Amino acid sequence: MSDHSTDNDRELRVSKIENGTVIDHVPGGQALKVLAILGIDGSGGETVSIGMNVPSKKLGRKDIVKVESRELSQNEVDVISLIAPDASINIIREFDVVEKSRVDRPATVTDVIACPNRNCITTQNEPVVSKFDVLDDGVRCIYCDTIVRDDLAEHIQTE
Amino acid sequence: MRSEHVLTTKELSRSDIEAVLDRAVDIARDPPDRSQYEDTILALLFFEPSTRTKMSFDTAMKRLGGTTVDLGPVGSSSVTKGESLADTVRVIEGYADGIVLRHPSEGAAKMASEFVDVPLINAGDGAGHHPTQTLLDLYTIRENVGFDDLSIGIMGDLKYGRTVHSLSHALTKLDARQHFISPESLRLPRSVRYDLHEAGANVREHTEIEDVLPSLDVLYVTRIQRERFHDENEYRKVAGQYHITAELLDEAADDLIVMHPLPRVDEIAPDVDETAHAKYFEQAHNGVPVRMALLDLLLGGIDQ
Repeated sequence: MSDHSTDNDRELRVSKIENGTVIDHVPGGQALKVLAILGIDGSGGETVSIGMNVPSKKLGRKDIVKVESRELSQNEVDVISLIAPDASINIIREFDVVEKSRVDRPATVTDVIACPNRNCITTQNEPVVSKFDVLDDGVRCIYCDTIVRDDLAEHIQTE
Repeated sequence: MRSEHVLTTKELSRSDIEAVLDRAVDIARDPPDRSQYEDTILALLFFEPSTRTKMSFDTAMKRLGGTTVDLGPVGSSSVTKGESLADTVRVIEGYADGIVLRHPSEGAAKMASEFVDVPLINAGDGAGHHPTQTLLDLYTIRENVGFDDLSIGIMGDLKYGRTVHSLSHALTKLDARQHFISPESLRLPRSVRYDLHEAGANVREHTEIEDVLPSLDVLYVTRIQRERFHDENEYRKVAGQYHITAELLDEAADDLIVMHPLPRVDEIAPDVDETAHAKYFEQAHNGVPVRMALLDLLLGGIDQ
């Protein structure tokens, strides 16, 4: 990405990680939501560095999240795509980027978001997993039609 | 019909709707040969109290010549032993040719339909949908005022009213002008407003009935439930404001029809019953031919 050749490069180098994942091109101010999606609140002892509202050619301002010793599941990437549609995911091994990919907004997300409607059949004791259609602006439960927009990260299912 | 299940009115096209209504007209005039259905069994699974919907499905199946089996009161069934809905419908599927399901949770019918191959009809899922009520509502509207250039006011509890949600999706397919009249706290839920907006529906929201009454062909009134309000005073204020009387209807067009899915409490005064506007009892009676038509279309293709 062209951002690497700008002045940001210096800042990025400061916190270069050995093994783990760099989530780049997150919209400015959304980094904490990305951490919430990953279930990181500091209590687990993960080494995390974040840059918030860093100048970016593409986004104006962007956030960057670097997580040591962690590679993301497809589900996690899918959910990140909902709040950060332009994000790129860089997998780092021994200080090198071994894989770089853009997030891809899926048409549906399955078994990653708990429906916030307490009266939805997926929240009852039934053999069914949650499934949400992805809208331009949020997601929608395919069972009870509830639309979730602003507070997506709060409804990520924890294992 | 495109689908063997009837879950919401969203997946019914205008021609699906008209096919059911046309069949209902034929059936009311000339019921089909009863011997066709003598081996047909319809299961009635009502996990929530119901009188008219359940009785009208029961009547419809029996008038076609078939029989029904009934879950009975929920308190006495295996549900109280903790059985999941998914297990219940998979068992009942082995007993019956079709399932009618009412359940207190939104999305229950959709989920249940994923576990069975027999046709499943949603007879109400929480605050979600109630498509067969809509079909009989539309039958009543078509018989009385027709679908052309239709202007309808829908008043009351629009947030939790499943009959309202199903009706509005269907009216969108008929290009009706829809006026929604409710207190702010009971306006249409975000998900329904989203669908209506996406479908390009002609929708306006109001808080006062007087604003729109003279322009309406149909006034569809729903019950505002006391339990939706935390505060008794607030409930009384709202209930008083959304109260239809014969005097109020002097402001309406002469051929306005007043509908209600019933049961009503105070929202339509008894003096309206005596006016030519009142169509809610006719509407309730239409449940039988319309459900006969729907069952005939869903089950009629089954090789007995």
